[in-house]
Amino acid sequence: MSWIDVGSIEEIPLRGARKVKTALGCVALFRTADAEVFAATDRCPHKGGPLSEGIVHGQSVTCPLHNWIFDLNTGQAQGETATIATFPVRVEAGRILIDGSQLTARSAA
Amino acid sequence: MTQKLVIIGAGMASGRVIETLVDADPAAFEITLFNAEPRGNYNRIMLSPVLSGEKQYAEIVTHDDAWYAANNVTCRFGEPVIGIDPDSKVVQGKNGPVAYDKLIVATGSAPFIIPVPGKDLPGVITYRDLDDTNAMIEASAKGGKAVVIGGGLLGLEAAAGLAERGMDVTVVHLMGHLMERQLDEAAGYLLRRDLEKRGITIRTQASTKAILGDGKAEAVLLEGDETLPADLVVMAVGIRPEVRLAQEAGLDVARGIAVTAQMQTSNPDIFAVGECIEFDGQLFGLVAPLYDQAKVLAHTLLESPDAFVVRDVATKLKVTGCDLFSAGDFAEGAEREDIVFRDPSRGVYKRLVIEGDKLVGAVMYGDTADGNWFFQLIKDETDIEDMRETLIFGPAFQGGSPSDPLSAVAALPPEAEICGCNGICKSTIVEAIQNGAEDLGAVKATTKASASCGTCTGLVEQLLQVTLGDDFQMPTAQPICGCCDLTHEDLRRLIKSQELKSQEAVWQELGWKSRNGCHVCRPAVNFYLLADWPLEYRDDPQSRFVNERKHANIQKDGTFSVVPRMWGGITNAAELRAIADAADKYNVPTVKVTGGQRIDLLGVKGEDLPYIWSDLNKAGLVSGHAYSKGLRTVKTCVGTDHCRFGTQDSTGLGIKLEQILWGSWTPHKVKLAVSGCPRNCAEATCKDVGIICVDSGFQVGVAGAAGMDVKETERLIDVPTEAEAIEWTVAFIQLYRENAKYLDRPYKWVAKVGLEWVKDVLSDAQERERLVAAFELSQSIYRKDPWAEHAATAKAFQPMADLTLEAAE
Ligand code: SRM
Ligand SMILES: Cc1cc2nc3c(=O)[nH]c(=O)nc-3n(C[C@H](O)[C@H](O)[C@H](O)COP(=O)(O)OP(=O)(O)OC[C@H]3O[C@@H](n4cnc5c(N)ncnc54)[C@H](O)[C@@H]3O)c2cc1C
Ligand code: SF4
Ligand code: FES
Repeated sequence: MSWIDVGSIEEIPLRGARKVKTALGCVALFRTADAEVFAATDRCPHKGGPLSEGIVHGQSVTCPLHNWIFDLNTGQAQGETATIATFPVRVEAGRILIDGSQLTARSAA
Repeated sequence: MTQKLVIIGAGMASGRVIETLVDADPAAFEITLFNAEPRGNYNRIMLSPVLSGEKQYAEIVTHDDAWYAANNVTCRFGEPVIGIDPDSKVVQGKNGPVAYDKLIVATGSAPFIIPVPGKDLPGVITYRDLDDTNAMIEASAKGGKAVVIGGGLLGLEAAAGLAERGMDVTVVHLMGHLMERQLDEAAGYLLRRDLEKRGITIRTQASTKAILGDGKAEAVLLEGDETLPADLVVMAVGIRPEVRLAQEAGLDVARGIAVTAQMQTSNPDIFAVGECIEFDGQLFGLVAPLYDQAKVLAHTLLESPDAFVVRDVATKLKVTGCDLFSAGDFAEGAEREDIVFRDPSRGVYKRLVIEGDKLVGAVMYGDTADGNWFFQLIKDETDIEDMRETLIFGPAFQGGSPSDPLSAVAALPPEAEICGCNGICKSTIVEAIQNGAEDLGAVKATTKASASCGTCTGLVEQLLQVTLGDDFQMPTAQPICGCCDLTHEDLRRLIKSQELKSQEAVWQELGWKSRNGCHVCRPAVNFYLLADWPLEYRDDPQSRFVNERKHANIQKDGTFSVVPRMWGGITNAAELRAIADAADKYNVPTVKVTGGQRIDLLGVKGEDLPYIWSDLNKAGLVSGHAYSKGLRTVKTCVGTDHCRFGTQDSTGLGIKLEQILWGSWTPHKVKLAVSGCPRNCAEATCKDVGIICVDSGFQVGVAGAAGMDVKETERLIDVPTEAEAIEWTVAFIQLYRENAKYLDRPYKWVAKVGLEWVKDVLSDAQERERLVAAFELSQSIYRKDPWAEHAATAKAFQPMADLTLEAAE
């Protein structure tokens, strides 16, 4: 894994989210508690709703467009056969580190 | 041969080293012990009971003079060491040098002092040793006010001790909840509640800007320029390893003195132990790991192999009556699952954090009897798969039943008000039930409870069930969502009667089953709290749907629409020009005239929002709240200004109403219209409040609808003057704010409580006055442009980082 520092945890509101632009499209960072952060794709598999704009509750997020609920641990949608991709993320000394190996541009080889 | 061992610092860690050494081999070392404090080792953690008066200093001394003498320890107390010379192996005491074969640095930590003006004033005290404690005891003898900066373990113990000694104490804490490193929000809430019950004032999210005073501390100035008077200021914001000596001696020092697992520093003859060290990137602030280190160091000195390993530690707070426990890792990391248990009647909260089939963290408040059992499960990494279902009930649980859904109501005190309209409290209703009123009708008839607006019906039914048990057949009322067993009406009533003023208070006192609600209940709770406690509770954007959080309407492609306010539908060339310029500058694909008499800019990118707002603000345009459960539009017609039929200034009244009402949050959206005559060109007869002007004055109609249902307004009142029309309108809207279920438009709410009840309440001039005043109070906070506020934080609307530019390895 290659951990990339994307910013301070204080930049994400408590029970809120921010997004990060990546080679795979936007990734949403969700902060559920003082020092608990999850990362998942920002696109809802239903109709593309921006999940970073949803309501964050417990360890889940509700899509802002039509209220599908996703478990941020597994990416599984409640009651639907759909999942979102989740990505490894860590918080260290207040900094958010995300695993860059999947998210950064592949160098043309 | 006996070696010379010199120890710097007679604290809890070195005390344990000496004990272990002399137990194993009293003749191995000739020990010299320096201490900056003019005394030997005492149990530092028991300073808090000394402060509160529960213990005397003599009771917490661990090694007295006789002990040191009996074990041949040469004591140089009250003498700080001022230098180490590793080359000649000599330690410089203030009163003279000593040579060593082996040296131990055990200098502990120093309190961290926040670098604000006034930090050095007399009357500003830290909390570390007996002298600090005595200084606080002395200061408290004069009574007065104390401000404790820091809401962690130390700060709270200081606060509780000072309160115990009769001071008026305020705790100022930077973070959102107390002891945030050890507790989650829920436990932090309960702790706060218990401390507040002892008269301690807690200020969270409060940052200290300066300590004010002339020659001595007199007040603490907070960010935001509030001052808190203070005769005594205690700074307890954290500690820093005391590494100065080690640094000057050239030892490797990071945040603490770097040591190996054998407690050896970068110099083979110098060792370090306790809070002054750093091992494997970690610092230590509790005694349990220090004792482990002490044992390892003694073994190393005696040349028997041993190694220090970091283990989980559990935290407790030594404030009598505040029973909390926290262990392991309860916050960070993915792939975790929570188990939450709350018992409002006993003020108990427990949360377990599970990863895979192991318990990794536990936070408890109120009942911590099982704490050590959970701690053991964490340390042993026990597989808990088989006990998962019942784990939270602890080791004693064998087949018992989980909490009673009615416990929240059962737990209410007898004097809790159930029926707000008639001022009926719980005991009156329970008494009536016990005296034979065994159904809702009978309770209504005998007590009047739920006989008026009816919103407390659910609570009365629950009381019937609690009192009568199985004899009462509960009608099935719909709870708000899976997080609780309450209806919206019950929740509203309990928030008022129990004076619940924060989300955590609701979750805990009403037995929520989830950590912080869900997208169904949390927006409702947020609204009820802000409507009932406008000053104490502040709107929480994270409990609002996207439109209200972003102050714009999200579109199906993820862009937003922007609708500035046009007061009463009136605009002018300058505003139109600013809108046109904004449309050009931000490439707005669609500009549309709305059904609400204003202009919508559709298709604005999320990142551009703060900038387009700022441009519109410059032309005097503010948010139109086209996205909010709040006041939307006040449509007007041209009225007496131009129309040959106009009877009153309908445009002017519409503008006045919009300027009074804008910015307010309501259970659902609220739309008004004012027409200048019964021809009704502003369509006032299908609005939430619609006013028709007539020769004799104003006809105020309410509860109309023109969306999914179409319904004509019903006449609330006819009044002769504009001022009265405004008064009745505002009073009606406030009554709606105080009573309606979240997401009920006024017409739905009026259908539930009846127009007659609404009229009854509003015809009381005093009640009308109260409602208008309550609305104004709330507006003193919410009548402002959210666009202007957000434009100042434009960064928050941009992506946090851009990794597309980052290359993979
Ligand atoms: C922009 C506008 C349509 C237009 O182009 O004219 C509009 C657009 C929307 N309306 Fe409306 N309504 C608009 C006037 C109306 C009116 C007419 C009026 O206000 O005189 C009505 C009927 C009157 C009423 O409210 O009773 C109306 C009844 C609704 C309803 C049904 C409400 C109901 O209680 O039955 C909804 C759904 C809801 O709120 O739950 C709705 C919801 C919506 C939403 C917010 C749907 C959504 O959640 O995304 C639409 C947002 C579009 C967007 O992205 O901007 N809109 N909507 C009008 C904005 C007026 C303004 O200046 O603020
Ligand atoms: C009020 C209070 C309550 C606490 N409650 C708890 C609790 O409930 N549970 C828990 O686990 N922990 C608690 N702690 C923390 C615990 O007391 C410390 O972790 C522990 O005392 C650290 O031990 P130490 O030997 O490293 O340092 P200390 O005990 O601080 O000893 C260091 C000694 O070195 C001396 N010294 C420093 N520099 C020099 C020098 N240059 N020359 C000579 N001497 C020097 C100091 O004067 C001091 O006496 C509490 C601390 C305080 C202050
Ligand atoms: S009528 Fe329906 S489609 Fe049209 S703006 Fe209103 S909500 Fe959207
Ligand atoms: S787009 Fe997410 S629920 Fe429809």
